[in-house]
Amino acid sequence: MNAIAHTPASSAGTTATPVDLPIVKTEGIHKVYGGTVQALKDINLEFKRGEMTSLLGPSGCGKTTLLKIIAGLLKPTAGEVRVNGKPVTGPGPERAFVFQDFALMPWATVLRNAAFGLEQQGVARAEREERARHYVEEVGLAGFEDKYPHELSGGMRQRVGLARALAVDADVLLMDEPFSAVDEQTRRKFQEDLIRLREVENKTFIIVTHSIEEAVYLSDRIVLLSPRPGRVAQVLDPDINRTGDPDAIRRAPEYLDLTDDIWRGLREYVE
Amino acid sequence: MSATVPAAIAGGPTGSSIARFSQMPAMWRILSLALFFAVWEIAGRTNFNYAFPTFFETLAAFFEMIFDGSMGAAYLRTLEPLIIGLVLSLGVGVSAGVAMGLRKEVEFLSLPIFITMQAAPMAALIPLITFVYGIGLTSKVLAVIFLAMPVITINSYKAVRNVPPSLLDMSRSFMGTRWQQVTKVILPAASPMMFAGIRLGVAEGFSGVVLAELLITPTGIGDLITFHRSVANFAHMYATIASIVAFAVIAVSLLYRLEITLFRPEKRGLS
Amino acid sequence: MTLYGFRIPKFAALFFWIVVWEIVGQFELMLLFPPFTEVLAAMTDVVTTPSFVEAARITAYCYLVGLSLAVVAGIGLGLLMGLVPAADKLLNMWVNIFLSAPLSALVPVIMILFGMGEPTVIVTVFMFAVWIIALDTRAGVQHVSPSLKEMAFSFGASRVQRLKIVLLSALPEILAGIRLGVIRGVKGVVIGQLLVSIIGVGALFSLYSQNFLMGHFWALILILFAFALSLAELIGRLEQKVEYYAGARG
Repeated sequence: MNAIAHTPASSAGTTATPVDLPIVKTEGIHKVYGGTVQALKDINLEFKRGEMTSLLGPSGCGKTTLLKIIAGLLKPTAGEVRVNGKPVTGPGPERAFVFQDFALMPWATVLRNAAFGLEQQGVARAEREERARHYVEEVGLAGFEDKYPHELSGGMRQRVGLARALAVDADVLLMDEPFSAVDEQTRRKFQEDLIRLREVENKTFIIVTHSIEEAVYLSDRIVLLSPRPGRVAQVLDPDINRTGDPDAIRRAPEYLDLTDDIWRGLREYVE
Repeated sequence: MSATVPAAIAGGPTGSSIARFSQMPAMWRILSLALFFAVWEIAGRTNFNYAFPTFFETLAAFFEMIFDGSMGAAYLRTLEPLIIGLVLSLGVGVSAGVAMGLRKEVEFLSLPIFITMQAAPMAALIPLITFVYGIGLTSKVLAVIFLAMPVITINSYKAVRNVPPSLLDMSRSFMGTRWQQVTKVILPAASPMMFAGIRLGVAEGFSGVVLAELLITPTGIGDLITFHRSVANFAHMYATIASIVAFAVIAVSLLYRLEITLFRPEKRGLS
Repeated sequence: MTLYGFRIPKFAALFFWIVVWEIVGQFELMLLFPPFTEVLAAMTDVVTTPSFVEAARITAYCYLVGLSLAVVAGIGLGLLMGLVPAADKLLNMWVNIFLSAPLSALVPVIMILFGMGEPTVIVTVFMFAVWIIALDTRAGVQHVSPSLKEMAFSFGASRVQRLKIVLLSALPEILAGIRLGVIRGVKGVVIGQLLVSIIGVGALFSLYSQNFLMGHFWALILILFAFALSLAELIGRLEQKVEYYAGARG
């Protein structure tokens, strides 16, 4: 319910499809590695337009595998992913991926990295650089356009990864543990910025994380996955007001209670 | 170069060593040279061996050969098979290595050959090619190719294979075609290791050409060495050998400089 | 590699090339390659001659002596460079120069200093193998984790014990260096004998080329290649045994 309240009512992209239809839908996804290792088992999920969903679970629960299947980078052994009602056969322009290890090209500047998605789409140089510049500024890296990745901190590198994903103007942003290689302070700042960014950009976010606090702090909906084989254990809709002071969220009783609840549920999977 | 892998594993020692030279304070380099020459001079003066000249005798012989033109003429003769052989090794080696890295079936057919060539003492083939192709330019060019090409090929292959998988995923997730993936991601990402292989190949090529000139027919530098040995001009012989060693080392380090200025914009500011 | 659903072993491709070789040889397409079967026939002929046994003895002896010296000196030099910064700054440049220099140009010097016999071949093997061992040992020693060294220090380990810890934790790099040294040493033992040319395989090569014995020539080359490859394979297996260790070291 809360999730629907958060969906901007006047979303421009929703003219083609009704608001209440899920933008991403997974139907009976199975994934078996090497014929024996069952990574995912019967995943049926719906992701609503404009929502931020976290895939949360202990390591080995297949959450990154699921994200890569949605991205079209991996093929499911069985089942189907639908985006805007169309089945996924590979990567598509309506989805953009943010990588755990940033996946920046060390030989390219911040600007070229941010514009790389557009470059591959064949957008003319002047136009793609203008668009990339806009998003580099939006993620807070104005002035760093001509730096190389090795001159940036981990947090800044991930901002470049985010700018690159935003620049292609996809509807869905798929983020694979985007903050796991970043230190705690940077991570908090980044999370706050992400909440602010959501208010500006009308995007659907799917985030893989192993941090309970991060999932509760950021998401409209949390999908808990259990390991070996990975399947949906629980789906939660945190009822937290994120409009005011970002620090207030971390003190809200709903935030604290839910974090505790999830930990109690996950504890049994941790050896 | 990365701090965690030994130099020889991380794509060859030559590149990292050159990088280390240029970062070393000049004082230490001069001290290091002076120490070596002093030991040489003292060892020469002790007369422990009738055929061991002092450093200054060698230096004098070097300038004598420079001024009477014999050194320059010898280098011109030596450079011909060396350059032809290196250009051929470069063209064939890099394309074969890249092809093996990109295509499974090429890898399956050709990799065992190149692994064998790299591990085996290819110099043993030099008497054979002389036997078949005579004592002319062909044999010498082949000697250079036999020694230089395997390491160039294997390094190019490994370089393509070691491109970070997340960069490949990145290109794919942003809708890159296979051609874009190869030209915009794989080749630039592989180029440092490829160049390391090329440097090793050039060093091997020097070895090949000298070996050919010593074994096949004395021409160029090989002739200078053989001639001065036969007339017991040991200082001249040492000067020739020292000059070719220095020439090889300088050529390899110039190649590294060239690589940095032409292909590695992100490193230009560093050293 | 799989073809039409069948798994093909990795080195099956070599058989393919041998067949190609045989065809090239039978139809005399390239002067360089006599038929493979002819080479195989010559192989028995080569192996049974007393001069081959003598060449094998010289090769094995020079190789083992040269390589042992290179391992001892290389590890020693690497330790010195890894532990003493001043020594590193003085020697690093030379070690790197010798690593990428055309060492075959130095063999004439070695021949003058050590004579036209086994000592020259031993020194050639040593020169080919020692530098890479030294450089990898140095890298290993410098990358021993500082916390491990501090641990040894804080638990009151003696100097000898601490040196032992450094050596053991640099073991994967040292072994990598030795593996490369082993391969380079084989090249050294062949190049040394080729240039000395009156002993061992060098003498055999001269004998075969004077008598136009192509099959014999190739047979000897194949034996040398097989020797080099099996050595590389052997040391690679040994290295895998300590692989766990590089991983656990962090």
